[in-house]
Amino acid sequence: MTFTVQAVVADRGFDVSLSLGPTETVAVMGPNGAGKSTLLAVIAGLLHPDSGRAEVDGRVLFDVAGGRGPWTPPHRRGTALLAQEPLLFPHLSALDNVAFGPRSAGTPKQQARDSASRWLAEVEAGELESRRPVELSGGQSQRVAVARALAADPGLLLLDEPMAALDIHAAPLLRRLLKRVLAGRRAIIITHDILDALILADRVVILENGRISEEGPTRDVLLRPRSRFAAGLAGLNFVVGTITEHGLQARDLAVYGQHDDLPGPLPIGQPGVAVFPPSAVSVFMAEAHGSPRNSFPVTITDLEPHGDRIRVRAGEGGQLSADITPESSADLALVPGIEVYFVIKAGAVSIYPG
Amino acid sequence: MTPARSRTGAGPQVPKPRKALAHIGIPAWIYTVAAAGGLLVLLPLIAMVARVNWPQFIPLVTSDSSLTALGLSLRTSATSTVLCVILGVPLALVLARASFPGQRVLRSLVLLPLVLPPVVGGIALLYTFGRQGLLGRSVEMLGLQIAFSTTAVVLAQTFVSLPFLVVSLEGALRTAGPKYEAVAATLGARPGTVLRRVTLPLVLPGLASGAVLSFARSLGEFGATLTFAGSLQGVTRTLPLEIYLQRETDADAAVALSLVLVAVSVTVVALAHRGPRPPGRASAAGGEGATTAAPASRGGVL
Repeated sequence: MTFTVQAVVADRGFDVSLSLGPTETVAVMGPNGAGKSTLLAVIAGLLHPDSGRAEVDGRVLFDVAGGRGPWTPPHRRGTALLAQEPLLFPHLSALDNVAFGPRSAGTPKQQARDSASRWLAEVEAGELESRRPVELSGGQSQRVAVARALAADPGLLLLDEPMAALDIHAAPLLRRLLKRVLAGRRAIIITHDILDALILADRVVILENGRISEEGPTRDVLLRPRSRFAAGLAGLNFVVGTITEHGLQARDLAVYGQHDDLPGPLPIGQPGVAVFPPSAVSVFMAEAHGSPRNSFPVTITDLEPHGDRIRVRAGEGGQLSADITPESSADLALVPGIEVYFVIKAGAVSIYPG
Repeated sequence: MTPARSRTGAGPQVPKPRKALAHIGIPAWIYTVAAAGGLLVLLPLIAMVARVNWPQFIPLVTSDSSLTALGLSLRTSATSTVLCVILGVPLALVLARASFPGQRVLRSLVLLPLVLPPVVGGIALLYTFGRQGLLGRSVEMLGLQIAFSTTAVVLAQTFVSLPFLVVSLEGALRTAGPKYEAVAATLGARPGTVLRRVTLPLVLPGLASGAVLSFARSLGEFGATLTFAGSLQGVTRTLPLEIYLQRETDADAAVALSLVLVAVSVTVVALAHRGPRPPGRASAAGGEGATTAAPASRGGVL
């Protein structure tokens, strides 16, 4: 591991520990206020943690306890930050913006400009060299900002929702670009879009309430979420409970399901989760019996269009959902507030340790 | 289900340029009161211009004493403006960016000359730098005498003008915010480089208007100068002092010189308000939804 950070920011309830390999890109996801930006600010040196330690390639970024200890100022960390807003310096041309990093590192002016020129070409913004930031569109500005961050030759690139402020046409372009430039680079990217995690990152970290609730390869996390947030990203129903012989016991709900293909049987009595897609849920007015299936009485909270289906949300806070055809919804005369049965075949439910 | 949808679907944050709304939400009687306010400023100026003895105007304003006073005023005001910039930029930076105990008190103290009667400022300066003053003895040991010298004029002007520069610049710094500076630091720029290449260029319009206002205030300074520096022709008798003196003996000269001072002040204020170029120069090619990336360029607080 060549980058490690462990930090506590007490008044934000933030306590995170994270490591990155030399060419690894990690996506950080989580609800608003989970501490994602705090993480980047701590790494970049814009926020003093109360305690913790961070190291990049053997170089100590900070090693503080009780607010005291070695502390590397932001400009000597090599952790370029790319924010949601491009924040190009408005008084400099695109070229001089990109040359800013090399110039600050002491590179002679002409050499810095040559390198800036190459980076602008790399982000397909070569023709924008002489433009001022006010003359650039949002997508163009963000591309120049990417070039500026890369030109500083950071040991770790920090991206804070770089696509969030872009319109739907500019975002895919930048995503493709980031895919190319992040390859073989160490980066942390905060995102709200699971697509970014899938395309750009090797690994996803879910941050909730200032703590990492789950991490792993993006595909694994989406396939087997262990947190409600990740299940939501994957679009899956998510039930927490205790593993039983036949499935999972979640308070008054007994869920039958497939114990996932783990080496050996699941540890009965341990905490576990049951996960199933909304498309596997059918809605009935009466309790259904028969082949191994689950049948839960629930109260409908919401109905909303979802692709060519109707998404039926039910249970406390609409935590369970079913996708059904508009025809069945009309046949059953579903409206919020009525009681129905959600029926799921046991074969569609995956159960694994939580 | 996915929070990502709602987030990215929120649309671009770049505002499209659109026409100003036609509806103006102020009641009609406001115009009447506003007009009265405008007249209060304008009418005395008109009255003064009406009293100018035009045939004698040129000889009056080009008399020896007048030219000496004008020259002294311009020289001292320019010097005190430079002093305001040298002292005011660090003050504004400390007030806008740093955070330390006593910061609010420091801000109040720096702004005090704005509300203090200048004559009180003059007395305070006298008891600081005057012969019997706090620092007077130490200054005198260095072979300097400040009170009743041109240096005193500059000090008095700096004392009353400094708040104008600090207020302007601190406002510009707060408008610009620390975001650009943070980005610059993560790109590897040391604090000195950030100040020189990012902070100061960003707040340059605010700094310029602050400096112009300081210059204008210095040019008009009277009370503190008279108290602390006296009225010695060619040494401490600036244009306002000369006008006050002439008023006793030669009203025509006083009016003519007043007009000169008004002309200089109006020019200076016009320069300050000309402000930055509007940022709407985006060409059609790259202009679709160009970002409003330069909030700082409107940083001048007037």
